[in-house]
Amino acid sequence: MKMNKKEREALIDPLFNNNPIALQVLGICSALAVTTNLATALVMGMAVMFVTAGSSAAVSFLRNNIPPSIRIIVQLSIIASFVILTDQILKAYLFDISKQLSVFVGLIITNCIVMGRAEAYAMQNGPWLSFLDGIGNAAGYTIVLMTVGFFRELFGSGSLFGFVILKPVTAGGWYEPNGLMLLAPSAFFLIGIFIWVLRVWKPEQVENS
Amino acid sequence: MQYSMKYIFGFAAVVCFVCSIMISTANVGLRERQEVNKLLDKQKSVLQAAWLVQPGEKLDRARVEELFKNVRPRLLDLTTDTILDDGALATYDEAKSPKLPAPENNAGIMEVPEQVQIYEVLDGDKVLMRVLPIVGKGLWGTMKGFLALDSDCNTIRGLTYYEQSETPGLGGEVNNPRWKALWKGRAAYDASGNPAIEVIKGPADPPEKAPHKVDGLSGATLTGRGVTNMLRFWLGENGYAPFLKSIRENGSV
Repeated sequence: MKMNKKEREALIDPLFNNNPIALQVLGICSALAVTTNLATALVMGMAVMFVTAGSSAAVSFLRNNIPPSIRIIVQLSIIASFVILTDQILKAYLFDISKQLSVFVGLIITNCIVMGRAEAYAMQNGPWLSFLDGIGNAAGYTIVLMTVGFFRELFGSGSLFGFVILKPVTAGGWYEPNGLMLLAPSAFFLIGIFIWVLRVWKPEQVENS
Repeated sequence: MQYSMKYIFGFAAVVCFVCSIMISTANVGLRERQEVNKLLDKQKSVLQAAWLVQPGEKLDRARVEELFKNVRPRLLDLTTDTILDDGALATYDEAKSPKLPAPENNAGIMEVPEQVQIYEVLDGDKVLMRVLPIVGKGLWGTMKGFLALDSDCNTIRGLTYYEQSETPGLGGEVNNPRWKALWKGRAAYDASGNPAIEVIKGPADPPEKAPHKVDGLSGATLTGRGVTNMLRFWLGENGYAPFLKSIRENGSV
């Protein structure tokens, strides 16, 4: 399938050039909460992808019929429905992970990325483009989550996706896990470093003061 | 473009209708699977408390159901300290079970259910262990778990938490299998029948030498205190003590 320039931009741009967390600084709270290990970070990323792509496409499909005076609440109802649907599916098929994600699946409703994309992109563009834009933005979000999750799980628990890499002392090994990595503040530092590295690589993202 | 009031209300109604159809379909369609998962999750914790499964063992539904053939859920009435018949168990719903305000305690327990579901681990007709639900306050929030007691109603066979929000790496280590293994063989009550088990600071001697003490988790003194307090409560007069006493005196019921 050959994509034209606009489609490619919608899908690829949010990964690094216009990353929702690193550049738009949206969706930080969940990035702190669900990144203690890679499995939850990945599932959370997928859940956000499903919600963002689905709701963006749905909002875009209705965009010419939504009365402007109630557009925000209409977007919100659509997003909320997708979130509840996601939560139900996770509870039915990935129960253990949904238990770890607990309230954070429900809180996707308040994730600014979803609503931000619906309002800023889907209201102006067609369903297919909006769908790609949703996928792209959620993928950008997932990249950050996975990067943070990688370091937090490796240094906080000595494992990756649950497989032991550095055997911790508490399990009879040699590695003394870094407790800070398991706490939310470490995600702040890691996201900060991520943004720093990204802006060294792409200096045009640096804001002029 | 100007929209009429009628159109706006109509549009909102249609959106709500479509969304609610979508959600209720998913809810009804997936409910059965979710209920199974919830039950399975609880059964897994019971098996873990009783050390019927080894840490790291893969537990699928078939395996849990097979192991659970030797486990019998019973309904215990805490107001009369007797086991109710299985008919009452079938209609028992934990969330709807009436609760009584708890007497003053240091375990952060506000109310005690009139009835609780306990589990008997069987070998043929003989009861090997009883797995009792416990709940109480840790450092950050409520901790829910199971305590497995030997048929002598005193020797601890295991302790596990299936719901807790303690600090990962510190208090969260209550779920570390190495710490959980330390509980095996300790005694819940002292010679005069008072609950005596406690989590101490620092390492404790093996069960033969220090039957009532368990190693503290380093950096988690308050979580350890929470565990001690909730065990003291549930093993005490307002918890399971009268029931356990009647079993010791009259045998199994």
